[in-house]
Amino acid sequence: MDWITTVDHKKIAILYLWAGGLFFGIGGLEAILIRIQLIKPMNTFLDAQTFNELITMHGTTMIFLGVMPVIFALMNAVIPLQIGARDVAFPFLNSLGFWTFLFGGLLLNLSWVMGGAPDAGWTAYTPLSGKGYSASHGVDFYTIGLQIAGLGTLIGGINFLATIITMRAPGMSFMRMPMFAWATFITSAIILFAFPAVTVGLVLLTFDRILDANFFNVAGGGNPVLWQHIFWIFGHPEVYILILPAFGIISEVIPTFSRKRLFGYSSMVFATILIAFLGFMVWAHHMFTTGLGPVANALFSVSTMLIAVPTGIKIFNWLFTMWGGQVRFTTPNLFAAGFIPTFTMGGVTGVMLASAPADFQFHDTYFVVAHFHYVIVGGLVLGLFAGLHYWWPKMFGRMLSESLGKWTFWTFIIGFHLTFFVQHFLGLMGMQRRVFTYLPNQQFDTLNLVSTVGAFLMGVGMIIFLVNVFLTSRRPADAPEDPWEDGRTLEWTIPSPPPEYNFKQTPLVRGLDAFWKEKMAGHKGMTPAEPVGPIHMPSATILPFLMSVGIFIAGLGFMFSRDEFSSSIMSFLFNNYIVTALGLLITFGSMLMRSLFDDHGWHIEPEELEGR
Amino acid sequence: MTTAHAEAAEGTLPHEPEKASLEGRNKVLAFWLFLGGEAVLFGTLFATFLALRNQTNEGPSAAELFHLPLVAAATLLLLVSSLTSVFAIQAMHRGNVAQLRNWLLVTVLLGLAFLILEIYEFSVYIRHEEFGMTTSAFSSAFYTLVGFHGAHVAFGILWITVLIGQLMHKGLTVVTAPKIYVSAMYWHFIDVVWVFIFTVVYLLGKVG
Ligand code: HEM
Ligand SMILES: [Cu+2]
Repeated sequence: MDWITTVDHKKIAILYLWAGGLFFGIGGLEAILIRIQLIKPMNTFLDAQTFNELITMHGTTMIFLGVMPVIFALMNAVIPLQIGARDVAFPFLNSLGFWTFLFGGLLLNLSWVMGGAPDAGWTAYTPLSGKGYSASHGVDFYTIGLQIAGLGTLIGGINFLATIITMRAPGMSFMRMPMFAWATFITSAIILFAFPAVTVGLVLLTFDRILDANFFNVAGGGNPVLWQHIFWIFGHPEVYILILPAFGIISEVIPTFSRKRLFGYSSMVFATILIAFLGFMVWAHHMFTTGLGPVANALFSVSTMLIAVPTGIKIFNWLFTMWGGQVRFTTPNLFAAGFIPTFTMGGVTGVMLASAPADFQFHDTYFVVAHFHYVIVGGLVLGLFAGLHYWWPKMFGRMLSESLGKWTFWTFIIGFHLTFFVQHFLGLMGMQRRVFTYLPNQQFDTLNLVSTVGAFLMGVGMIIFLVNVFLTSRRPADAPEDPWEDGRTLEWTIPSPPPEYNFKQTPLVRGLDAFWKEKMAGHKGMTPAEPVGPIHMPSATILPFLMSVGIFIAGLGFMFSRDEFSSSIMSFLFNNYIVTALGLLITFGSMLMRSLFDDHGWHIEPEELEGR
Repeated sequence: MTTAHAEAAEGTLPHEPEKASLEGRNKVLAFWLFLGGEAVLFGTLFATFLALRNQTNEGPSAAELFHLPLVAAATLLLLVSSLTSVFAIQAMHRGNVAQLRNWLLVTVLLGLAFLILEIYEFSVYIRHEEFGMTTSAFSSAFYTLVGFHGAHVAFGILWITVLIGQLMHKGLTVVTAPKIYVSAMYWHFIDVVWVFIFTVVYLLGKVG
């Protein structure tokens, strides 16, 4: 109950972590099934339909439900602490964002047990995702589930923007803000401007499928390429929503374990902003082969390659930070160091794909699969591992085991390169993406076997990580405030895990790497910016949970509104939109409750603060 | 970060009560951000409409369909309602709760009149012109864009009505003031969107 009603950003972070872990596990299982099917030519382990459902759900789950919540978990756990705030700007919305995300994800995964998962690929290209090719409810689960989950993401993004703009501790100007906070800020801005586009896209597709509209239906005058434009004007920025937080994490971990300040801080900030901006200008590089014409292809090609410049700046700054530092290869830093070359390789194949004429060769082959996994797994997932190992003691008060952490790193990264490095060659040799099997003796056999073995090795790495988490959770929570001893930012100045009010007194920030600066001046902790006083806290509430349940019910109701059921009561309830209305009633009713009964919160008095 | 002064008497409220507390300032800021997202949302809908506006699939076209006097009347209603919501905020800044309530009421009524005209317009198209959601890509785009705006108006009406109730119940405080201010921002935003709809959908549709 406590967990359902909490509005504490640190607990919401843990909820995000659990939910993300759950979906990541499901997505990982799907990946393993895909790889078992592809282990040998003409395999009959899966049929074509199941395979299509698996690749669709794997891609969708990993991107929207697997890594996004883990990113949000770290942001929630760390951002208020890093900027010296007692909470996020809107604790209520924070909880609402989590629950809508979770119920959207659950709805999407219900498809496995309710008549078939979506099968049109995670990009849901029309007409494949139209009723003609995908008659089951699969794609409806996709459109409505993602719509609900996306709502949660958008809410989270707005919350972080407001938090970072207004709640920074005294003295923390934007140019004194830690890089992870910067990354969160820019990522949230991308979310704000990219997600509404996919919201509209999903609505249009829903209308085509459920209300027989004609947006993408050629016979009714519609245009399938329109879907691709709408999808990718969201979809390309989405990959920066994923990677910029990883950049932020790496920029925290490397200076800490090099005992040096981040090289080129202001150029890092500038590069982040530039990447976000360019990220919106390049969506059509996913559409070179749709026939946009040479002028458009050339422009999108060049603008894509431009992104390599700020990205290169970042890579060099990390290397220069390590250069000459007192580098310690703890588990977080191993992941950060492994990130740099791996992500760079993904960047190189990205530039190759950005060349339009070359893309005509690479398109829809395993070369593309190799590329995006180098970026997403070799970039983001390694970054998340670095971040999780780094902030775990802060989140839970317990240090993860270093030796198990190193085992996780080595099995995971070796497994990763085994899985995906060979896929570059498979792609160049002509193995197509998204086909459920291949003929023997095309020289695909051995490389596919290697790839599957690698995937299992990555699975082993994941299991070691889980074992580490499990064993750690049984040890006493005795991590010190600054467990890595070289912490530079504000989160390391308060107990691990932090009390629910975070800071007894808001700290005064006197420079970049505020804590490090005080340490160098010979101080033990931060100078407070205010006297000890009562702290105002928001009350816990069940309303966000109820609102999300309502949306969930309304979504299901709308999805089945045209179905015929064997029981006439069911048909009556669904076909007259009664279920939909009921769901909306729960949601709007909860909103009304929220509006009518003000939450005055409660106070923690100074005596209580001293007592603890 | 306190709400202790929530029950401050009317006369003693600061000049801009919506910005008097951190919560209030956060709310206004976040609402600006939210409107940024809404702008992308409507931008995408407009782009879709522009791409599909001539795909009539042998159904009625914009030039045959639209009846400008009706739309102009609706536009007038909505524009005036934006003005009355400005009056409401001015009354709020003067601390005059009765005037604030009255102007909000007028705003809601004007919005309601707009909505009724729109529903009437749609029903004419559907019944007499056989122009429904499924007729053509143009019809789908039309109903989705204009209907989305209509749903925003409907939500705004409900929202401001609840706020009027709250105002009567709790008075004007640093808690209610940001809510009222933000709802007025919302109302202006949907008004601006309508100006674009009037131009891009109706005027452009009539002239070709
Ligand atoms: C953990 C190990 C992983 C393995 C072994 C794996 C394996 C695969 C395989 C075999 C495919 C099918 C390629 C095809 O036939 O088109 C695929 C597709 C995909 N994967 Fe992964 N993957 C992993 C992790 C991830 C992660 C972490 C993400 C994203 C965060 C991700 C995102 C995708 C996407 C977007 C697709 C494309 C699906 C589609 O074609 O519609 N994968 N993956
Ligand atoms: Cu892209």
